[in-house]
Amino acid sequence: MLKKRIIPCLDVDNGRVVKGVNFIDLVDAGDPVEQAIIYNAEGADELCFLDITASSDNRDTLLEVVKKTAENCFIPLTVGGGVRNLDDISRLLHFGADKVSINTAAVDNIDLVAKAANKYGSSTIVIAVDAKETAENQWKVFTHGGRKETNIDVVTYCNEVAKLGAGEILLTSMDRDGTKSGFDNKLLKAVTSKVNVPVIASGGVGNLSHLLDGILEGEASALLAASIFHFGEYSIGEVKRYLADNNIPVRI
Amino acid sequence: MNLAIINFGSGNLHSVHKAFESVSSDLSNPYNIIVTNDPKEIQSADKIVLPGVGAFGDCKNAILNIEGLHASLEVSVIKNKVPFMGICVGMQLLADLSYEFGTHSGFGWIPGEVRRIASPKEYKIPHMGWNEITFSDHKLFDNCEQGSDFYFVHSFYFQNQKNEHSIATTKYPDQITAAVCKENICGTQFHPEKSHINGKKIIHNFLEWKP
Repeated sequence: MLKKRIIPCLDVDNGRVVKGVNFIDLVDAGDPVEQAIIYNAEGADELCFLDITASSDNRDTLLEVVKKTAENCFIPLTVGGGVRNLDDISRLLHFGADKVSINTAAVDNIDLVAKAANKYGSSTIVIAVDAKETAENQWKVFTHGGRKETNIDVVTYCNEVAKLGAGEILLTSMDRDGTKSGFDNKLLKAVTSKVNVPVIASGGVGNLSHLLDGILEGEASALLAASIFHFGEYSIGEVKRYLADNNIPVRI
Repeated sequence: MNLAIINFGSGNLHSVHKAFESVSSDLSNPYNIIVTNDPKEIQSADKIVLPGVGAFGDCKNAILNIEGLHASLEVSVIKNKVPFMGICVGMQLLADLSYEFGTHSGFGWIPGEVRRIASPKEYKIPHMGWNEITFSDHKLFDNCEQGSDFYFVHSFYFQNQKNEHSIATTKYPDQITAAVCKENICGTQFHPEKSHINGKKIIHNFLEWKP
């Protein structure tokens, strides 16, 4: 049976791991390569780096991190943040990323999704969507790290990028990110029930039952979390044992 | 001993290279691993690996567009029986035909066709993530446990014409070929380079394989 994936996410700023609360007030949580090696050994199913370095001047620091991680961790590595075009994707793949996630650039230029999927394969292209509830059971796509509102409906957008060749959707709830109050399972369900590619749930995990709810209520294929792992609240092993005890198929 | 990883511009070459290098460095006689599209280097290799990420037709065309590449593979693998491993689309390319975005011919080295996974609606496509395999007695699976998990990501699968060429299967929810072998030619639908310790075992076994 296909396993539900647990993906620790490392937000990286200038080559260091950080985790924001609602995308601001960043706290340093260490060296990304060291963290990645620990997660790999603990049984993470994939790894995710999101480069939140604001200026493009310091982007090369991430490439070194990706390269060193790929030399040490033999599980899939997704890298995103500031990916604007095919050259950016090509560079990340060359340095050892297995998948590249695209956020704002896909909203600005939806053709990029099809071009990237055609060139590198659907399996390589993750579309990251930052969603915020703007009315009851209605979510809009936000861009630029959540700072800019668009008028685009999240479910419609996810369907469109899936049709254009996105292999997977990384769906982050802006309302929940950093709050530790659980995933927005209504948002997840709205997308997973309508879109036929795997959806990674992101934003809001504070405890083990939140993870279980993301699968049972949100019907996510994979769960992404940052702070609960970085600050040692739970190990990957604990998370997987808890899910296994609740009859969720996981890789142990 | 030289091992050539074929570079035709496809996806995660770096990952494949690093994984093979890491496993090889633990052998008493490590391989000299080269990433290449040079027909001469390929013909002098003792083992050949063909990774592939992307659409079948694009991969096939990319290979055909590199002068002498396809011919050198034919000489090494078919004529000289050099051990060969295809990964993901690199494995699907061994088939006669693929129906991914049109109809495309493959290498025709292992009889069969590549078809879209037909699964009920609740099964997302691509089949992405860790899934367990059942394998038959083959060197490639030495020291592996039945039911161990490997990392898959694909929307199409290799439907073998002859059961004997399928040496491992997985389920999503129907049975899908997870690995193939015919004489000196093998291939995996899953990504050994991304399958952590289990994947390293497969790579190790391929490096030690003497078909």
